[in-house]
Amino acid sequence: MELHLLLLFMIFAAVAAVEIKDLLSSVIAVGAVGLGLSMVFLVLKAPDLAITQLVVEILCLIILIRATIKKDLPLIRDGRWFFNTASTFLFIAAFLLFAYFALKELPSFGYPIMRVAKEYIAQGLQKTGATNLVASIILDFRGYDTLGEATVLFTAVMGVLAIMRRVGRIK
Amino acid sequence: MSVYFLCLILFCIGLYCVLRKRNIIKIIIGLGIIEYAVNLFFVLIGYRAGGRAPILAKDQVVLNMVDPIPQALVLTAIVIGLATTALMVAIAIRIYEKFGTFDITKIRKLRG
Amino acid sequence: MKNNKEPGMTLIVKTITRLTVGLILLYGIYIVLHGHISPGGGFAGGVIIALSFVHLMLAFGREVALKKLSQAAASILESLGAIMFLSIAVLGFLGGYFFLNFFLNKGRPFSLFSAGIIPLCNIAISLKVGAGLFAIFVVLILFKGLGEEE
Repeated sequence: MELHLLLLFMIFAAVAAVEIKDLLSSVIAVGAVGLGLSMVFLVLKAPDLAITQLVVEILCLIILIRATIKKDLPLIRDGRWFFNTASTFLFIAAFLLFAYFALKELPSFGYPIMRVAKEYIAQGLQKTGATNLVASIILDFRGYDTLGEATVLFTAVMGVLAIMRRVGRIK
Repeated sequence: MSVYFLCLILFCIGLYCVLRKRNIIKIIIGLGIIEYAVNLFFVLIGYRAGGRAPILAKDQVVLNMVDPIPQALVLTAIVIGLATTALMVAIAIRIYEKFGTFDITKIRKLRG
Repeated sequence: MKNNKEPGMTLIVKTITRLTVGLILLYGIYIVLHGHISPGGGFAGGVIIALSFVHLMLAFGREVALKKLSQAAASILESLGAIMFLSIAVLGFLGGYFFLNFFLNKGRPFSLFSAGIIPLCNIAISLKVGAGLFAIFVVLILFKGLGEEE
Protein backbone atom coordinates (compact mmCIF):
# COMPACT_ATOMS: atom_id res chain seq x y z
CA MET A 1 0.00 0.00 0.00
CA GLU A 2 2.69 2.51 0.91
CA LEU A 3 4.62 1.35 -2.13
CA HIS A 4 1.84 2.61 -4.41
CA LEU A 5 1.67 5.93 -2.56
CA LEU A 6 5.40 6.50 -2.84
CA LEU A 7 5.37 5.64 -6.55
CA LEU A 8 2.52 8.09 -7.15
CA PHE A 9 4.51 10.79 -5.36
CA MET A 10 7.51 10.05 -7.58
CA ILE A 11 5.41 10.24 -10.75
CA PHE A 12 3.91 13.54 -9.64
CA ALA A 13 7.34 15.03 -8.93
CA ALA A 14 8.67 13.76 -12.28
CA VAL A 15 5.81 15.44 -14.17
CA ALA A 16 6.61 18.65 -12.29
CA ALA A 17 10.30 18.34 -13.20
CA VAL A 18 9.55 17.91 -16.88
CA GLU A 19 7.03 20.71 -17.30
CA ILE A 20 8.32 23.61 -15.20
CA LYS A 21 9.99 26.35 -17.20
CA ASP A 22 12.45 27.55 -14.57
CA LEU A 23 15.53 25.31 -14.57
CA LEU A 24 16.36 25.63 -10.88
CA SER A 25 12.89 24.46 -9.82
CA SER A 26 12.97 21.47 -12.12
CA VAL A 27 16.35 20.40 -10.72
CA ILE A 28 14.87 20.54 -7.20
CA ALA A 29 11.96 18.41 -8.42
CA VAL A 30 14.41 15.79 -9.71
CA GLY A 31 15.92 15.82 -6.23
CA ALA A 32 12.48 15.02 -4.83
CA VAL A 33 12.19 12.05 -7.23
CA GLY A 34 15.54 10.70 -6.02
CA LEU A 35 14.54 11.10 -2.38
CA GLY A 36 11.31 9.20 -3.01
CA LEU A 37 13.33 6.47 -4.70
CA SER A 38 15.55 6.15 -1.61
CA MET A 39 12.44 5.66 0.56
CA VAL A 40 11.10 3.06 -1.88
CA PHE A 41 14.39 1.14 -1.58
CA LEU A 42 13.93 1.14 2.18
CA VAL A 43 10.38 -0.23 1.88
CA LEU A 44 11.67 -2.96 -0.46
CA LYS A 45 14.16 -4.13 2.21
CA ALA A 46 17.40 -2.96 0.53
CA PRO A 47 19.37 -0.85 3.04
CA ASP A 48 22.64 -0.76 1.04
CA LEU A 49 20.85 0.77 -1.91
CA ALA A 50 19.00 3.33 0.21
CA ILE A 51 22.24 4.72 1.68
CA THR A 52 23.99 4.82 -1.70
CA GLN A 53 21.05 6.40 -3.52
CA LEU A 54 20.68 9.14 -0.90
CA VAL A 55 24.29 10.33 -0.99
CA VAL A 56 24.59 9.98 -4.78
CA GLU A 57 21.42 12.05 -5.16
CA ILE A 58 22.90 14.88 -3.09
CA LEU A 59 26.08 14.99 -5.17
CA CYS A 60 24.11 14.84 -8.42
CA LEU A 61 22.00 17.81 -7.31
CA ILE A 62 25.09 19.91 -6.59
CA ILE A 63 26.54 19.17 -10.00
CA LEU A 64 23.27 19.86 -11.82
CA ILE A 65 22.68 23.19 -10.10
CA ARG A 66 26.01 24.34 -11.47
CA ALA A 67 24.72 23.94 -15.01
CA THR A 68 21.47 25.88 -14.58
CA ILE A 69 22.84 29.28 -15.31
CA LYS A 70 20.36 30.53 -17.83
CA LYS A 71 16.64 30.09 -18.09
CA ASP A 72 14.79 27.47 -20.06
CA LEU A 73 13.65 28.22 -23.59
CA PRO A 74 9.99 27.96 -24.55
CA LEU A 75 8.71 25.38 -26.97
CA ILE A 76 8.36 27.05 -30.37
CA ARG A 77 5.20 26.04 -32.19
CA ASP A 78 6.66 26.13 -35.67
CA GLY A 79 5.64 24.13 -38.69
CA ARG A 80 5.94 20.51 -37.64
CA TRP A 81 4.93 20.83 -34.00
CA PHE A 82 1.76 18.77 -34.28
CA PHE A 83 3.39 15.97 -36.18
CA ASN A 84 6.26 15.71 -33.69
CA THR A 85 4.04 15.58 -30.63
CA ALA A 86 1.60 13.11 -32.17
CA SER A 87 4.36 10.75 -33.30
CA THR A 88 5.94 10.90 -29.82
CA PHE A 89 2.69 9.90 -28.16
CA LEU A 90 2.12 7.17 -30.72
CA PHE A 91 5.57 5.76 -30.04
CA ILE A 92 5.03 5.82 -26.27
CA ALA A 93 1.64 4.12 -26.65
CA ALA A 94 3.17 1.36 -28.78
CA PHE A 95 5.92 0.90 -26.20
CA LEU A 96 3.41 0.57 -23.36
CA LEU A 97 1.37 -1.94 -25.35
CA PHE A 98 4.34 -4.22 -25.91
CA ALA A 99 5.39 -3.75 -22.30
CA TYR A 100 1.96 -4.95 -21.14
CA PHE A 101 2.33 -8.17 -23.11
CA ALA A 102 5.84 -8.67 -21.73
CA LEU A 103 4.82 -7.96 -18.14
CA LYS A 104 2.29 -10.75 -18.20
CA GLU A 105 5.11 -13.29 -18.53
CA LEU A 106 6.92 -12.15 -15.40
CA PRO A 107 6.29 -13.98 -12.09
CA SER A 108 3.80 -12.12 -9.96
CA PHE A 109 5.07 -9.40 -7.65
CA GLY A 110 6.46 -10.86 -4.43
CA TYR A 111 7.21 -14.42 -5.49
CA PRO A 112 10.48 -14.48 -7.42
CA ILE A 113 12.21 -17.55 -8.78
CA MET A 114 15.44 -17.49 -6.81
CA ARG A 115 17.34 -20.30 -8.40
CA VAL A 116 20.91 -19.02 -8.07
CA ALA A 117 20.24 -16.84 -5.04
CA LYS A 118 19.23 -19.87 -2.96
CA GLU A 119 22.78 -21.20 -3.24
CA TYR A 120 24.29 -17.82 -2.39
CA ILE A 121 22.10 -17.39 0.67
CA ALA A 122 22.62 -20.93 1.93
CA GLN A 123 26.41 -21.03 1.52
CA GLY A 124 27.41 -17.38 1.62
CA LEU A 125 28.47 -17.20 5.24
CA GLN A 126 30.37 -20.46 5.12
CA LYS A 127 32.27 -19.78 1.90
CA THR A 128 33.27 -16.16 2.39
CA GLY A 129 32.87 -15.39 6.07
CA ALA A 130 31.00 -12.11 5.53
CA THR A 131 27.59 -11.54 7.08
CA ASN A 132 26.57 -8.85 4.59
CA LEU A 133 25.44 -11.02 1.69
CA VAL A 134 25.29 -8.19 -0.85
CA ALA A 135 28.93 -7.24 -0.13
CA SER A 136 29.97 -10.87 -0.46
CA ILE A 137 28.20 -11.10 -3.82
CA ILE A 138 29.73 -7.98 -5.34
CA LEU A 139 33.24 -8.62 -4.06
CA ASP A 140 33.58 -12.37 -4.01
CA PHE A 141 31.04 -14.25 -6.10
CA ARG A 142 30.87 -11.60 -8.83
CA GLY A 143 34.15 -9.78 -8.55
CA TYR A 144 34.50 -9.34 -12.31
CA ASP A 145 31.52 -7.00 -12.45
CA THR A 146 33.05 -4.77 -9.80
CA LEU A 147 36.29 -4.68 -11.77
CA GLY A 148 34.35 -3.57 -14.83
CA GLU A 149 32.59 -0.91 -12.79
CA ALA A 150 35.90 0.44 -11.51
CA THR A 151 37.10 0.70 -15.12
CA VAL A 152 33.98 2.58 -16.22
CA LEU A 153 34.31 5.03 -13.32
CA PHE A 154 37.97 5.61 -14.13
CA THR A 155 37.15 6.29 -17.79
CA ALA A 156 34.38 8.74 -16.88
CA VAL A 157 36.65 10.68 -14.52
CA MET A 158 39.38 10.83 -17.18
CA GLY A 159 36.81 12.02 -19.71
CA VAL A 160 35.63 14.89 -17.51
CA LEU A 161 39.18 15.96 -16.71
CA ALA A 162 40.09 15.90 -20.40
CA ILE A 163 37.05 17.90 -21.52
CA MET A 164 37.46 20.66 -18.98
CA ARG A 165 41.15 21.19 -19.41
CA ARG A 166 42.20 24.74 -20.05
CA VAL A 167 45.56 25.56 -21.46
CA GLY A 168 46.35 29.19 -20.83
CA ARG A 169 42.89 30.75 -20.99
CA ILE A 170 42.76 34.48 -20.25
CA LYS A 171 39.64 35.91 -18.66
CA MET B 1 1.54 -6.15 -11.58
CA SER B 2 0.26 -2.62 -11.13
CA VAL B 3 3.55 -1.71 -9.42
CA TYR B 4 5.45 -2.65 -12.57
CA PHE B 5 3.09 -0.52 -14.59
CA LEU B 6 3.64 2.54 -12.42
CA CYS B 7 7.38 2.07 -12.80
CA LEU B 8 7.04 1.95 -16.58
CA ILE B 9 4.97 5.14 -16.55
CA LEU B 10 7.88 6.84 -14.79
CA PHE B 11 10.15 5.59 -17.58
CA CYS B 12 7.79 6.98 -20.22
CA ILE B 13 7.75 10.42 -18.57
CA GLY B 14 11.53 10.54 -18.82
CA LEU B 15 11.38 9.32 -22.43
CA TYR B 16 8.94 12.09 -23.37
CA CYS B 17 11.27 14.64 -21.82
CA VAL B 18 14.24 13.38 -23.83
CA LEU B 19 12.33 13.36 -27.11
CA ARG B 20 10.51 16.68 -26.98
CA LYS B 21 12.48 19.28 -25.10
CA ARG B 22 14.77 21.85 -26.63
CA ASN B 23 17.07 22.68 -23.75
CA ILE B 24 20.05 20.41 -23.18
CA ILE B 25 19.70 20.57 -19.40
CA LYS B 26 16.11 19.34 -19.67
CA ILE B 27 17.36 16.39 -21.73
CA ILE B 28 19.90 15.57 -19.01
CA ILE B 29 17.11 15.70 -16.40
CA GLY B 30 15.03 13.32 -18.52
CA LEU B 31 17.92 10.87 -18.75
CA GLY B 32 18.23 11.01 -14.96
CA ILE B 33 14.57 10.09 -14.56
CA ILE B 34 15.04 7.15 -16.96
CA GLU B 35 17.93 5.89 -14.82
CA TYR B 36 15.82 6.01 -11.65
CA ALA B 37 13.03 4.07 -13.33
CA VAL B 38 15.34 1.31 -14.58
CA ASN B 39 17.03 0.85 -11.18
CA LEU B 40 13.64 0.69 -9.53
CA PHE B 41 12.44 -1.97 -11.97
CA PHE B 42 15.42 -4.18 -11.18
CA VAL B 43 14.86 -4.05 -7.45
CA LEU B 44 11.11 -4.61 -7.83
CA ILE B 45 11.72 -7.91 -9.58
CA GLY B 46 13.70 -9.29 -6.66
CA TYR B 47 11.24 -8.48 -3.88
CA ARG B 48 9.86 -11.36 -1.83
CA ALA B 49 6.66 -10.95 0.13
CA GLY B 50 7.39 -11.24 3.83
CA GLY B 51 11.15 -11.43 3.35
CA ARG B 52 13.97 -9.86 5.32
CA ALA B 53 16.88 -7.67 4.31
CA PRO B 54 19.88 -9.75 3.11
CA ILE B 55 22.02 -9.14 6.22
CA LEU B 56 22.52 -12.02 8.62
CA ALA B 57 21.74 -11.34 12.25
CA LYS B 58 23.15 -13.04 15.31
CA ASP B 59 20.08 -14.88 16.48
CA GLN B 60 18.54 -15.88 13.22
CA VAL B 61 16.78 -19.19 12.87
CA VAL B 62 14.94 -19.08 9.54
CA LEU B 63 16.44 -17.79 6.29
CA ASN B 64 13.73 -15.96 4.39
CA MET B 65 15.42 -13.18 2.50
CA VAL B 66 14.70 -11.03 -0.50
CA ASP B 67 16.75 -11.68 -3.60
CA PRO B 68 20.23 -10.20 -3.12
CA ILE B 69 21.45 -10.47 -6.73
CA PRO B 70 19.47 -7.53 -8.24
CA GLN B 71 20.58 -5.39 -5.30
CA ALA B 72 24.21 -6.19 -6.06
CA LEU B 73 23.74 -5.21 -9.71
CA VAL B 74 21.93 -1.95 -8.95
CA LEU B 75 24.51 -0.87 -6.35
CA THR B 76 27.18 -0.31 -8.96
CA ALA B 77 24.69 1.05 -11.47
CA ILE B 78 23.79 3.94 -9.17
CA VAL B 79 27.38 5.19 -8.91
CA ILE B 80 27.98 4.76 -12.64
CA GLY B 81 24.87 6.86 -13.28
CA LEU B 82 26.39 9.69 -11.29
CA ALA B 83 29.61 9.56 -13.31
CA THR B 84 27.78 9.65 -16.64
CA THR B 85 25.60 12.56 -15.49
CA ALA B 86 28.76 14.50 -14.58
CA LEU B 87 30.20 13.72 -18.03
CA MET B 88 27.03 14.98 -19.73
CA VAL B 89 27.08 18.21 -17.73
CA ALA B 90 30.74 18.76 -18.70
CA ILE B 91 29.87 18.35 -22.39
CA ALA B 92 26.92 20.74 -22.00
CA ILE B 93 29.14 23.41 -20.43
CA ARG B 94 31.60 23.09 -23.31
CA ILE B 95 28.77 23.39 -25.86
CA TYR B 96 27.60 26.55 -24.14
CA GLU B 97 31.07 28.02 -24.35
CA LYS B 98 31.41 27.25 -28.04
CA PHE B 99 27.95 28.13 -29.36
CA GLY B 100 26.61 30.57 -26.81
CA THR B 101 23.27 28.85 -26.33
CA PHE B 102 21.69 25.72 -24.90
CA ASP B 103 19.16 25.36 -27.70
CA ILE B 104 19.61 22.22 -29.74
CA THR B 105 17.82 23.52 -32.84
CA LYS B 106 20.31 26.35 -33.13
CA ILE B 107 23.31 24.16 -32.47
CA ARG B 108 22.50 22.02 -35.41
CA LYS B 109 22.58 25.02 -37.72
CA LEU B 110 25.84 26.59 -36.64
CA ARG B 111 29.03 24.95 -37.75
CA GLY B 112 31.58 26.14 -35.20
CA MET C 1 24.98 42.39 -0.76
CA LYS C 2 27.32 39.66 0.24
CA ASN C 3 30.95 40.20 1.01
CA ASN C 4 33.04 39.86 -2.07
CA LYS C 5 36.38 40.41 -0.40
CA GLU C 6 36.80 37.06 1.29
CA PRO C 7 35.78 33.86 -0.46
CA GLY C 8 33.22 31.36 0.75
CA MET C 9 30.01 31.76 2.62
CA THR C 10 28.93 33.70 5.72
CA LEU C 11 30.29 33.29 9.23
CA ILE C 12 27.50 31.02 10.48
CA VAL C 13 28.09 28.49 7.72
CA LYS C 14 31.83 28.53 8.35
CA THR C 15 31.43 27.85 12.06
CA ILE C 16 29.04 24.94 11.54
CA THR C 17 31.34 23.52 8.86
CA ARG C 18 34.29 23.54 11.23
CA LEU C 19 32.28 21.42 13.64
CA THR C 20 30.82 18.88 11.24
CA VAL C 21 33.40 18.21 8.53
CA GLY C 22 35.48 15.91 10.69
CA LEU C 23 32.41 13.97 11.80
CA ILE C 24 31.29 13.39 8.22
CA LEU C 25 34.74 12.07 7.27
CA LEU C 26 34.74 9.77 10.31
CA TYR C 27 31.29 8.47 9.44
CA GLY C 28 32.41 7.69 5.89
CA ILE C 29 35.42 5.75 7.13
CA TYR C 30 33.19 3.83 9.55
CA ILE C 31 30.83 2.77 6.77
CA VAL C 32 33.76 1.61 4.62
CA LEU C 33 35.44 -0.42 7.35
CA HIS C 34 32.26 -2.17 8.50
CA GLY C 35 31.18 -2.98 4.97
CA HIS C 36 31.09 -6.71 5.53
CA ILE C 37 29.03 -6.61 8.73
CA SER C 38 26.41 -3.91 8.28
CA PRO C 39 24.92 -2.30 5.18
CA GLY C 40 27.10 0.13 3.30
CA GLY C 41 30.29 -0.95 1.67
CA GLY C 42 32.92 0.70 -0.46
CA PHE C 43 30.70 2.72 -2.81
CA ALA C 44 28.53 4.49 -0.25
CA GLY C 45 31.50 5.17 2.03
CA GLY C 46 33.57 6.57 -0.83
CA VAL C 47 30.82 8.97 -1.85
CA ILE C 48 30.44 10.15 1.77
CA ILE C 49 34.18 10.83 2.01
CA ALA C 50 34.01 12.85 -1.21
CA LEU C 51 31.01 14.74 0.20
CA SER C 52 33.01 15.85 3.25
CA PHE C 53 35.64 17.49 1.05
CA VAL C 54 32.93 19.01 -1.12
CA HIS C 55 31.35 20.49 2.02
CA LEU C 56 34.69 22.05 2.93
CA MET C 57 35.08 23.55 -0.52
CA LEU C 58 31.56 24.96 -0.69
CA ALA C 59 31.86 26.71 2.66
CA PHE C 60 35.40 28.05 2.59
CA GLY C 61 36.16 28.66 -1.05
CA ARG C 62 38.55 27.02 -3.42
CA GLU C 63 41.98 27.82 -1.94
CA VAL C 64 41.43 26.39 1.53
CA ALA C 65 40.03 23.11 0.22
CA LEU C 66 42.77 22.67 -2.36
CA LYS C 67 45.35 23.11 0.36
CA LYS C 68 43.90 20.08 2.16
CA LEU C 69 43.74 17.87 -0.90
CA SER C 70 45.25 19.23 -4.07
CA GLN C 71 44.19 18.11 -7.52
CA ALA C 72 47.40 16.18 -8.19
CA ALA C 73 47.01 14.33 -4.90
CA ALA C 74 43.43 13.38 -5.80
CA SER C 75 44.58 11.93 -9.13
CA ILE C 76 47.35 9.95 -7.45
CA LEU C 77 44.96 8.59 -4.79
CA GLU C 78 42.48 7.48 -7.40
CA SER C 79 45.06 5.63 -9.42
CA LEU C 80 46.41 4.09 -6.22
CA GLY C 81 42.98 2.75 -5.36
CA ALA C 82 42.54 1.21 -8.81
CA ILE C 83 45.99 -0.40 -8.76
CA MET C 84 45.37 -1.81 -5.28
CA PHE C 85 42.08 -3.39 -6.36
CA LEU C 86 43.63 -4.87 -9.47
CA SER C 87 46.62 -6.29 -7.61
CA ILE C 88 44.36 -8.00 -5.06
CA ALA C 89 42.54 -9.60 -7.98
CA VAL C 90 45.71 -10.66 -9.79
CA LEU C 91 47.20 -12.14 -6.61
CA GLY C 92 44.50 -14.76 -6.85
CA PHE C 93 46.47 -16.24 -9.71
CA LEU C 94 48.80 -17.69 -7.12
CA GLY C 95 45.93 -19.81 -5.87
CA GLY C 96 44.89 -21.00 -9.30
CA TYR C 97 41.91 -18.76 -10.04
CA PHE C 98 41.14 -15.07 -10.56
CA PHE C 99 39.96 -13.32 -7.38
CA LEU C 100 40.47 -16.26 -5.06
CA ASN C 101 40.84 -15.14 -1.47
CA PHE C 102 43.02 -17.81 -0.02
CA PHE C 103 45.78 -15.99 1.77
CA LEU C 104 43.67 -14.42 4.53
CA ASN C 105 41.63 -16.64 6.77
CA LYS C 106 37.97 -16.16 7.21
CA GLY C 107 37.90 -15.55 10.95
CA ARG C 108 34.84 -15.54 13.13
CA PRO C 109 31.70 -13.97 11.72
CA PHE C 110 30.57 -10.57 13.06
CA SER C 111 34.08 -9.44 13.94
CA LEU C 112 36.01 -6.71 12.21
CA PHE C 113 38.93 -8.79 10.94
CA SER C 114 36.98 -11.43 9.14
CA ALA C 115 35.87 -12.31 5.62
CA GLY C 116 39.22 -12.61 3.88
CA ILE C 117 39.98 -9.96 1.27
CA ILE C 118 36.59 -8.21 1.39
CA PRO C 119 37.66 -5.37 3.77
CA LEU C 120 40.78 -4.70 1.65
CA CYS C 121 38.69 -4.51 -1.50
CA ASN C 122 36.29 -2.13 0.23
CA ILE C 123 39.13 0.22 1.19
CA ALA C 124 40.54 0.21 -2.36
CA ILE C 125 37.14 0.94 -3.89
CA SER C 126 36.42 3.74 -1.44
CA LEU C 127 39.73 5.44 -2.26
CA LYS C 128 38.97 5.23 -5.96
CA VAL C 129 35.38 6.44 -5.80
CA GLY C 130 36.05 9.20 -3.28
CA ALA C 131 39.08 10.72 -4.97
CA GLY C 132 37.55 10.39 -8.44
CA LEU C 133 34.32 12.16 -7.52
CA PHE C 134 36.23 14.91 -5.73
CA ALA C 135 38.39 15.49 -8.83
CA ILE C 136 35.22 15.73 -10.99
CA PHE C 137 33.75 18.25 -8.57
CA VAL C 138 36.85 20.46 -8.46
CA VAL C 139 37.05 20.67 -12.22
CA LEU C 140 33.33 21.17 -12.89
CA ILE C 141 32.14 23.51 -10.19
CA LEU C 142 34.84 26.10 -9.87
CA PHE C 143 35.45 26.57 -13.54
CA LYS C 144 36.09 30.23 -14.14
CA GLY C 145 35.46 32.10 -17.30
CA LEU C 146 31.92 31.11 -18.13
CA GLY C 147 30.82 34.70 -17.90
CA GLU C 148 27.85 34.49 -15.57
CA GLU C 149 26.92 37.26 -13.16
CA GLU C 150 28.59 37.12 -9.77
